[in-house]
Amino acid sequence: MEYFLQNVVNALQWGSFYALIALGYSMVYGVLLLFNFAHGDIFMVGAYISFFIATALLAALTLTSIVLPNWLILVLTILIAMIITSFVGVAVERIGYRPLRQAPRASAAITGLMIGIILETANLALLGAERLSYPQLIATQTYDIGGVSVTNKKIMIVVVSILLMLALNLFVRRTKWGMAMRATAYDFVVVPLMGVPLNNIAALTFALGSGLAAAAGTLFSLAYPVLDPYMGITFGWKAFVAAILGGRGSILGAALAGFLLGFIEIFVAYYFPSTLRDLIAYSIILLILVFRPHGFFGEPHTAQLRL
Amino acid sequence: MAVTTGIFTNNRSRISKFITRVWEPFIPVPLLGWLFGAVLAVAIEQLFGLPLARILGLSRIPALFGVLVVLNDPTNLLLLLGVLLYDILVYILPISVAARLTIAPANWIASRLFNIQGWISAIIHILLIYGILHIWSDVSDYRLLIVRLTLIAIIFTLSLNVVNGYMGEFSCSHPGFIALGAYTASIFTVGLFINDNILGPALLPASLAALMFPIGLILGGIVAALGAILIAVPSFKTRGDYLAIISLAFTFIIKSLFENLEFVGGPRGLGNQPNLANLPTVFFWTVLSIWIINNFVRSTLGKALNAVRDDEIAANAMTVNTRRTKFVAFLFAAFWAGLAGGLFAHVIRYVNPSTFGLQMLAEVLAMVYFGGLNSVQGSIVGAVSINLLSEALRPLEIFKWIVIPLLLIVIMVFRPTGLISFKEFDFFKIIKPKRTSQKDVEYAPTAD
Repeated sequence: MEYFLQNVVNALQWGSFYALIALGYSMVYGVLLLFNFAHGDIFMVGAYISFFIATALLAALTLTSIVLPNWLILVLTILIAMIITSFVGVAVERIGYRPLRQAPRASAAITGLMIGIILETANLALLGAERLSYPQLIATQTYDIGGVSVTNKKIMIVVVSILLMLALNLFVRRTKWGMAMRATAYDFVVVPLMGVPLNNIAALTFALGSGLAAAAGTLFSLAYPVLDPYMGITFGWKAFVAAILGGRGSILGAALAGFLLGFIEIFVAYYFPSTLRDLIAYSIILLILVFRPHGFFGEPHTAQLRL
Repeated sequence: MAVTTGIFTNNRSRISKFITRVWEPFIPVPLLGWLFGAVLAVAIEQLFGLPLARILGLSRIPALFGVLVVLNDPTNLLLLLGVLLYDILVYILPISVAARLTIAPANWIASRLFNIQGWISAIIHILLIYGILHIWSDVSDYRLLIVRLTLIAIIFTLSLNVVNGYMGEFSCSHPGFIALGAYTASIFTVGLFINDNILGPALLPASLAALMFPIGLILGGIVAALGAILIAVPSFKTRGDYLAIISLAFTFIIKSLFENLEFVGGPRGLGNQPNLANLPTVFFWTVLSIWIINNFVRSTLGKALNAVRDDEIAANAMTVNTRRTKFVAFLFAAFWAGLAGGLFAHVIRYVNPSTFGLQMLAEVLAMVYFGGLNSVQGSIVGAVSINLLSEALRPLEIFKWIVIPLLLIVIMVFRPTGLISFKEFDFFKIIKPKRTSQKDVEYAPTAD
């Protein structure tokens, strides 16, 4: 039972990364009906950007001998990283997706893939192949709750992710821009005719998704403080799977599917040899998709490929 | 704005005029003439290549038209000049001169051959192409490897184009099919003919290996096709993005499966494949795959693929059996991918699960979408150019992976469906004589 609860805690942490990244995929998909295959690499870029901000903040604070509480540094790091990474996301949209709005969707998928490769390679070329280790912003404290060891980082990661998801939900449901996004997701041919600026909405969607990816990157590097340029690949593709599993453009679905994927992976690795993790996880997903091809919260309708 | 446009169009027309003027003398050259020129060029390289390279200050014959040498040392202008002279003297000059001078005889021979039987002419052309590749790759082992990998990449690309281009699905399952074929063929050959510490002693004499190799390849293809049932059956119910995920999951599952199968070496991989995939074998299978796939996509079933892509409901109403079409297309594509995977394993002579991951997926997708959807010659162009490019840019090291993706983005922005898309491939049209004028009749008075 204790092991089970311990795994639940680990799975919640692991799943929150997937959920945050999957939200970015899902929102872009909801609005533009295409997948931003560079999203995994934006997660990586976000982690690197937050690394530089954290290092710079710490250096500036020691220089000016201002004492700030650690949680404030962390919040500042997350916020600034989210803002800067949003601009990266907007740039990706501008270069890779806007010129291809009328093109077949597969072509946009290819440009996304290629932008991802460029981001990885540029990172490798600029920063070299050695891995960076993320500064320890908060000291790890371990609490023992009924035999289950919970660290303060794990709690913080799960809480921050859920708060971000709630904030996103609030934004999408309650603001004018959120309403415009939902309208565009409903029909991106007719709604722009009603005066909703499609390009701005697309840029906003990319910015929001990239911001969440940057938050995920920061949280991830807090828990696993080693950065390397290819960290976005496996994470990105798995989150992509989670986004699909959740259903076409559904925010709730993407978040739940992200947590589900985390649970599957952690529990498979616990009860089976860990090398079987991918095999069993993807077999389960394959089975789910065979019986529910439109995901958990997607509407069942055959997609018409605009080829 | 208007002025700029004017200058731009002016420039453009001047350039295109120049190109037309240079190209004009070569319009009547048939494929046979170009092949004559290429034979001459590779023969010159074989005979005088090394001394010529030495005279021009190169240490040996430049492997890929000297691109590698120049990119390794881009500031050395003397080297650049040597490479340029070498390329002009060995390739450009002989090919263009021979092609221009043999217009009349080449057209005559082409028309005679064509009039006897189309397929005889086709076979002779293919043999000539093989001869050129053989002599060209004879110069170094590196060239031989590149040629074989490029030919295999053509099969990968073509088979993926059947699903992604002709049927309009976005399938990510190709690395899985390739892995299935590669492992099956490897287990077949290594298990039967090689004393291996993973798969045990040889069961049959090694002399039979070359004879039985096609069986191993076809087995690989069949296993891949069986694996494709896993993708084909869900494709009845869903398509587009959900199918993309199902196929992606398939790729991950296959990769993970081979990582966990100890009897094929697990994550360490399986080596020791016999050197069976030599140039003639690879060339034969490539030509066969192009021929069969081209016939497939031009058949009624192939047209049904396009119908399914354009509108599945309408296709169904027009008596196209969409389920059967999808099923056959996936299995057919997977068969060729698996077969090419077998060849691939025997060219590299080592397979391990991580070869068949997302990197390979990105490469194959890039080749398909660069070359062009829905076209056989597009796939050939895409596979050849991406392969040669990634070899030629090797000296740029990691910047190679900035240049190639940028190029692909540019292609996608300006030609979203690829360089040569939606074209029908007809080899007979290509090998036809280009001119049957009065002069040719005089040259060949016996012609009827």
